[in-house]
Amino acid sequence: MILELKNVTKKFGGVTAIKDTTFRVNSKEIYGLIGPNGAGKTTMFNIITGNYEATEGDIIFRKEPLNGLKPHAIVRRGIARTFQNIRLFKSMSVMDNVLIGFDFQAKYTYFESILRFPRFFGEEKRIKKRAMEILEYFKIAEFSEQKATDLSYGQQRKVEIARALATNPVMLLLDEPAAGMNPSETEELANLIKSARDDFDLTILLIEHDMKFVNQLCDKVLVLDYGKTIFEGKPADAIRDKEVVAAYLGDFVSHD
Amino acid sequence: MSIIIRKDQWINLAIIASTLWFIWFASSHFDEYTVRILNNIAIFTILAVSYNLINGVTGQFSLEPNGFVAIGAYVTALLLLDGDAKSYQFDIEDPYPWVLALHANFIWALFFAGLFSALLALTLSFPVFRVRGDYLAIVTLGFGFIIRILAINNPEITNGSLGLNDIPEFSNLYWTGGIALLAVWGILNIVNSKFGRAMKAVRDDEDAAIAMGVNTFKIKTFAFCTSAFLEGVGGGLLAALLTSISPDLFTFFFTFQLLIIIVLGGLGSTTGAVIGTVLVIGGAEWMRFLDEPMNFGFFETPALPGMRMVVFSVILIFVMLFAREGIMGKRELKDLFKKAKK
Repeated sequence: MILELKNVTKKFGGVTAIKDTTFRVNSKEIYGLIGPNGAGKTTMFNIITGNYEATEGDIIFRKEPLNGLKPHAIVRRGIARTFQNIRLFKSMSVMDNVLIGFDFQAKYTYFESILRFPRFFGEEKRIKKRAMEILEYFKIAEFSEQKATDLSYGQQRKVEIARALATNPVMLLLDEPAAGMNPSETEELANLIKSARDDFDLTILLIEHDMKFVNQLCDKVLVLDYGKTIFEGKPADAIRDKEVVAAYLGDFVSHD
Repeated sequence: MSIIIRKDQWINLAIIASTLWFIWFASSHFDEYTVRILNNIAIFTILAVSYNLINGVTGQFSLEPNGFVAIGAYVTALLLLDGDAKSYQFDIEDPYPWVLALHANFIWALFFAGLFSALLALTLSFPVFRVRGDYLAIVTLGFGFIIRILAINNPEITNGSLGLNDIPEFSNLYWTGGIALLAVWGILNIVNSKFGRAMKAVRDDEDAAIAMGVNTFKIKTFAFCTSAFLEGVGGGLLAALLTSISPDLFTFFFTFQLLIIIVLGGLGSTTGAVIGTVLVIGGAEWMRFLDEPMNFGFFETPALPGMRMVVFSVILIFVMLFAREGIMGKRELKDLFKKAKK
C-alpha cells in the first residue's frame, strides 16, 4: 500500500464536493477514478497534491501524512501530476519544459549559477542527459528544441507526462490523459502508460471517462457520484453495478 | 571541461571586448555631453535588465523600481558625503548623529546601496507575493510612493525635499559601463540556469510550475531581490553621476520610463532591454533637434519644446502596433544566430 485516503471530506462553503471517502492504492497498481461530471474526481486530485486542503480526514503517502504540506513539497516527496487541459509552459522548448521537472534535483545554488561555478556545468549536463533519456523513451527527442505548444495534441500529452516523470515520482496522477484523442492514439497511450509503469516503477492514479481505456488499463476503479463513493473494485464489475449505471444514466427502477 | 572555445562563446567574448574597447574609446575621445549620455545609457541598462528580470522573465507585473533606485541613490549619497559636507547642507532639521558618521568609499557605498535595497525587497516579498497580477502592481506602486514620501518627511536623514547636493562625482564611463556589463552577464547567467527556467515557468503557468515541484515563492523572491540589488546599485551610480538628488527625481515617471524601455525592447528579453535602453535614452537625446526651430526651406517652424516627446510617442505606438511583443519579443541575441543558420 502506497497511498491511503482515510475518511476524506472536502467542503466548499455549503457544498460538499467529497464526502467521507476512503480508499487505498497499492504499489505498482493502476487505479482509476471515474464518475460523472462534477463527481469530485479532480477535487480529489487537488487534495492529494495539496492544492486544496481536506476539510476532514487524512492522506497518507508512504506511511507519512501529507496534510498541510505545500504542493511543491508534495511533488518532492514523489507525487507528480498532469492536468486535464494540457498546461505546458508555452514560451519554452520541449527540452526546457522537461528540465523544469529537474528543478529541485539540480544541486547548485543561486550564486553558483550567477558566477558560473564548475558545479553548475556538471549539474546542467547531468539533468540535460536525463531529460534527453526521458524524451527518447517517449519518442519525442527529435522535437526537443521546438516550442512545446507547436507540437500536435497527442505529442503535447506525451510532453506533459514526460515532464511529470522528470520529477522522479513514485506515484503519477493523470487527469483525463485520453481526453480529445482518437481511438488509435488512445490505444497507443494506454500501452505507453502500462510500459512506463513497469519501466519507471510507478503507481498510477488516473481520472478517465473513456470506459474502454479504463477497462484495458486499470487494475481497480473507484466510482464517485456527487462526492460519494458508490463502487470500488474491478473495472469490469463496475459497469454491471446497478448504482454505477444509475449514476451515469439515471435510475429507471425505483421512484414509486 | 574542454578548453576549446565554442562559436557562441567567441561571439560573447567579441561583444565583451568590443564593449570594453568602446568604453575606453568613448571616455578618451568623445566630448563631455556625449559621455554624459553614454553614462545615462549604461545606468539605465543596469536598471532595465534588472527590472526585466522580475517584470518580463518572471512575469510579476511590479511597479517598484523608483523606490529601490531612490533607496540606492540615498544610501550611496549619505555614504559618499563626509560629516562636514552633510552638516553644512542639512537646512531643515539637524541630521541624526549616526547620519553624520556614515562614510565609505565608492565600492562599498554601491555595495551597501544594493544590499539595503535587496534586504528591503526580501522583507517586502512576504506581503507582496501573497497577491498575483493586477493587485501586485498596485501594492508595488504604493511602495514607490511610500519611499518618496518617507524621503520628504524625514529631513533628519534625507534633508527632505531639498535633497542631497555636492555628492562627489565618482561615476564615470568605466564604472557605469563596467557594472552594466557585469549586470547583463549576471542576469543572463541567471536566465540560462534552472532558476531562469523556473522564473519563465512561473510566468507561463504558475500552477503548473508548482506541480513540477518549483517553490514559486522562493523563485519570485530571488528575482525580486536580485532586481532590487541592481536597482540599488544603479541608483547609487546615478547619484554619483548627477551629484545632487531629491525626492522629485524618483517619481512614478521614473518607473514608467523603465517600463517603456522593457516593453519596447520585448518583455522577457535581456537583449531587448539593452536595445530598448539605447533607443529610449539615446533616442530621446538625439531627437532634441525636434524641439528646436526647424527650417524646411519653404517653411520655418518656431521652437516647439516637447515636440520630441510627441514624435517619440508616435514611434512607440507604431512599434506596439507592428511588433506587439516588442522589438525582440522573448528572443535573445543567440536565438537570432540560430535562426540565421537555418
